[in-house]
Amino acid sequence: MTVGGWQPIAALDDLAPRHVFQASLDGQELAVWRADSGELNAWENRCLHRGVRLSIGFNNGAELLCRYHGWRYATGTAGCTYIPAHPADAPARTITNRTYPIVERYGLVWSGREVDGRPEEVAELGAHTLVLRALPVWAPRSFVLDALVDHRFAPNEGLDVDPAEVEMTCDRRQGSIVLTAAHGGSSSTVVYWVQSLDAHTSVIRPVLAETPDDVIAVLRHHARALRELVDRVERTVPSRSVEPQGPLETPVVVERSAGSGPHIEVRVRRKWWTAPDVAAFELTPLAGVLPTPQPGSHIDLRLPNGLVRQYSLTNGPGESDHYRIGVKLEVDGGGGSTLLHDVVTEGDVLTISGPRNGFPLRRDTEHTVLIAGGIGLTPLLAMAQAIRLDRRGFELHVFVRGEDALAFPDVVESFGADATVHVALSPAQTAGRIADVLVAARASHPGALVYACGPAPMLDVVRATAAAAGWADPAVHFEYFSNHHEIDDSTPFEVALARSGTTLEVPAGTSLLEVLRGAGVALPSSCEKGACGTCAVPVIDGTPDHHDVYLRDAERAANTTMLSCVSRARSDRLVLDL
Amino acid sequence: MSPTVSPGELDERAGVDPVARGLWHPLVAVHDLRRGQQGSAVLLGVRLDYTMAGDGSVSVCRSDDHDDRRPVQIAYEIVWTCLDEPATPLFETPEALETDRRIVHAGTIGVHVSAPRAVENFLDMAHFPYVHTDILGAEPFTEVEEYSVHVDPDTNEVWATDCVFWQPVAATTSTEGQMTDYRYRVPHPYCVVLYKTTPVDPDRFDVIALFCRPIAPDRIEAHMFLALLDADNSDADIRRFQLTIFGQDKPILENQFPKELPLDPRVETPIRADKVAIAYRRWLSDLGITHGVIPAA
Repeated sequence: MTVGGWQPIAALDDLAPRHVFQASLDGQELAVWRADSGELNAWENRCLHRGVRLSIGFNNGAELLCRYHGWRYATGTAGCTYIPAHPADAPARTITNRTYPIVERYGLVWSGREVDGRPEEVAELGAHTLVLRALPVWAPRSFVLDALVDHRFAPNEGLDVDPAEVEMTCDRRQGSIVLTAAHGGSSSTVVYWVQSLDAHTSVIRPVLAETPDDVIAVLRHHARALRELVDRVERTVPSRSVEPQGPLETPVVVERSAGSGPHIEVRVRRKWWTAPDVAAFELTPLAGVLPTPQPGSHIDLRLPNGLVRQYSLTNGPGESDHYRIGVKLEVDGGGGSTLLHDVVTEGDVLTISGPRNGFPLRRDTEHTVLIAGGIGLTPLLAMAQAIRLDRRGFELHVFVRGEDALAFPDVVESFGADATVHVALSPAQTAGRIADVLVAARASHPGALVYACGPAPMLDVVRATAAAAGWADPAVHFEYFSNHHEIDDSTPFEVALARSGTTLEVPAGTSLLEVLRGAGVALPSSCEKGACGTCAVPVIDGTPDHHDVYLRDAERAANTTMLSCVSRARSDRLVLDL
Repeated sequence: MSPTVSPGELDERAGVDPVARGLWHPLVAVHDLRRGQQGSAVLLGVRLDYTMAGDGSVSVCRSDDHDDRRPVQIAYEIVWTCLDEPATPLFETPEALETDRRIVHAGTIGVHVSAPRAVENFLDMAHFPYVHTDILGAEPFTEVEEYSVHVDPDTNEVWATDCVFWQPVAATTSTEGQMTDYRYRVPHPYCVVLYKTTPVDPDRFDVIALFCRPIAPDRIEAHMFLALLDADNSDADIRRFQLTIFGQDKPILENQFPKELPLDPRVETPIRADKVAIAYRRWLSDLGITHGVIPAA
């Protein structure tokens, strides 16, 4: 059934702003949509959570939201950025819908399986083409292509000419039929492509080489001529299936190329000084697609001298083709920022990790208070852009040493009155201002949430002030400067692999799944939240500390299996049958 | 993918699930019957004829063999029957017998989906803000808090307890938004019962149930049954509320693929909020149900 090669799946005009178009290609249903940035997306038309068609979802300009549970998938990568049922959790990177290649050419949108490059060049089509009306046909693609060879129409300058008088020439190419109609010195050329919806149905998509003077008359002429062809084809097609096909299903989502390994090679596309002591970098992948960033996520940057530093991503929704970070010069910071400031230049290749999110943004509130100290602004920029897209309220407070010390001033200015920059305050003045902010927000928005990132002394002030102002502890979220994450308080343990005779250490803050994969054990995983059971491992000895929701109570008590993505150990040592 | 079957059309594959054939299934609502009239309906791919006699008694037989009389019982305002000899009695719901309750059969709706997909949707809270917007949920209050799930060892029924969700208009008796307490019970592979906080009495629950007649692996007719503590609203208002809710679910269910419920947990990506669905799918596997599901490999 697979035809292969590029096929048109829609006219560019079908992809209206903030709309999702349902297309089909060789029996595969696709959800096709355009982001506000112009980026085109063709995804399997099925939310991987519960199988609902994504084409009935919402296009917010940067993400596609499933209609059933509001899961959000980012333009470009189709990676999940938010699961509303669990606002505090960052979605696992494995939660990515299946994407298909998509490009625009000649006013049509093209896709295909295992294609590369672009759709074929057609010399006859220049800059002034006109997409004619497409018509569906109840016949297989090959049958329709054969019938098009004998199709007749009149040239633009002689629409009234008897079709029998018109001289037709046909050039059959790889995937198209090029027909030229000539009469009395004028001629017109139309290129016909045929899209295979499935094994029984097709769509004829014609493009006229020259835009005529009287567009309406020409459109009408071709629509009528093609309608007659379609009627004839449908009368003569040998076997006519009466059952339209539903979407094909491809279970189990696989993580995509650039994010599949622990390291991703990126090139510095742009470097600039966004403030006197802050260098900004835009990083693009050498190959493949960058894993989907989420508000609050950060990457590890491996520097040429062996140092590893964490930097928060400032990307807003829809910015999927690059990562943007801000690096503050820390004179006594161990040399990482110095190297990035002084040595790394545009065009250099760096190695990064995929994004991790230790500071996820809850979106189940009407109002969010964002408090940044200095370069702690970076994750909050990503958050503010995400909240703005949702049209929910926020206030961003940035504390900086001097007027010109504000990083990314253009982004901050774009927030208008929602952002306030507090300049050159003493520690006592800063504390007073934070208290004012938290007391006022608590009074006006009792259900609000607070996110703060900056130097430790400032965050201590936020913590104490918030408590004094009556904020509940879970409503206030912190990320310490330079991503010094609060370490997972679970204890490290040892794991022995019985079959391979190796012993591994699972440190605090690292999952058993990560350690096993690091040791080369090929272990499948899917949700990575202890819900699907995919990453279960057999336990021979020791007592697991179960954190999943998949196992039954009896299975949990038996301690013969555990989910390696979330569960840990009560005993010092576990023996696995691996 | 399985071929689709039009409503009422017979599908021979449907009748081969021996577990489903031994269960009682809802056939037709009592209020849709008239004395002396005959009707017919398809159950698990088998067409059945039913008749209400002049004395009000109901009989059911196979359309292709009128001597093959099927067992009948009336419960929950519905005629129930079974294709084989019933392996177990029909589950009981004591609240439905309480005399101070409003008993309402709120409607029968055909849906192009499998019965387990419909049951799983009924068990799902996370869709309230998106599908039942401003009635059973509203953004941004989307969180599904931790709840408990167990299979009752005595009755072999799946239970989800301690469920809470913020709802703007939880019921016809609601006057304002409330945190609603839910308990879900799955006593039958194609039937599900919800016990829900009522604004009327803090110590008792409204009972709302969904009973599916499996027509084909991807076709059902769903009965909505209610036993409510609601003295004020008319039956028509209660029906309108339930039909509004179900009318919002129907297009979602009919856009779900595959239409049969996949029991392999890797085929779809569950989250913690889907805990009861995870338990339900495993329970269906354990029962050996094959009609309306894609069994795990």
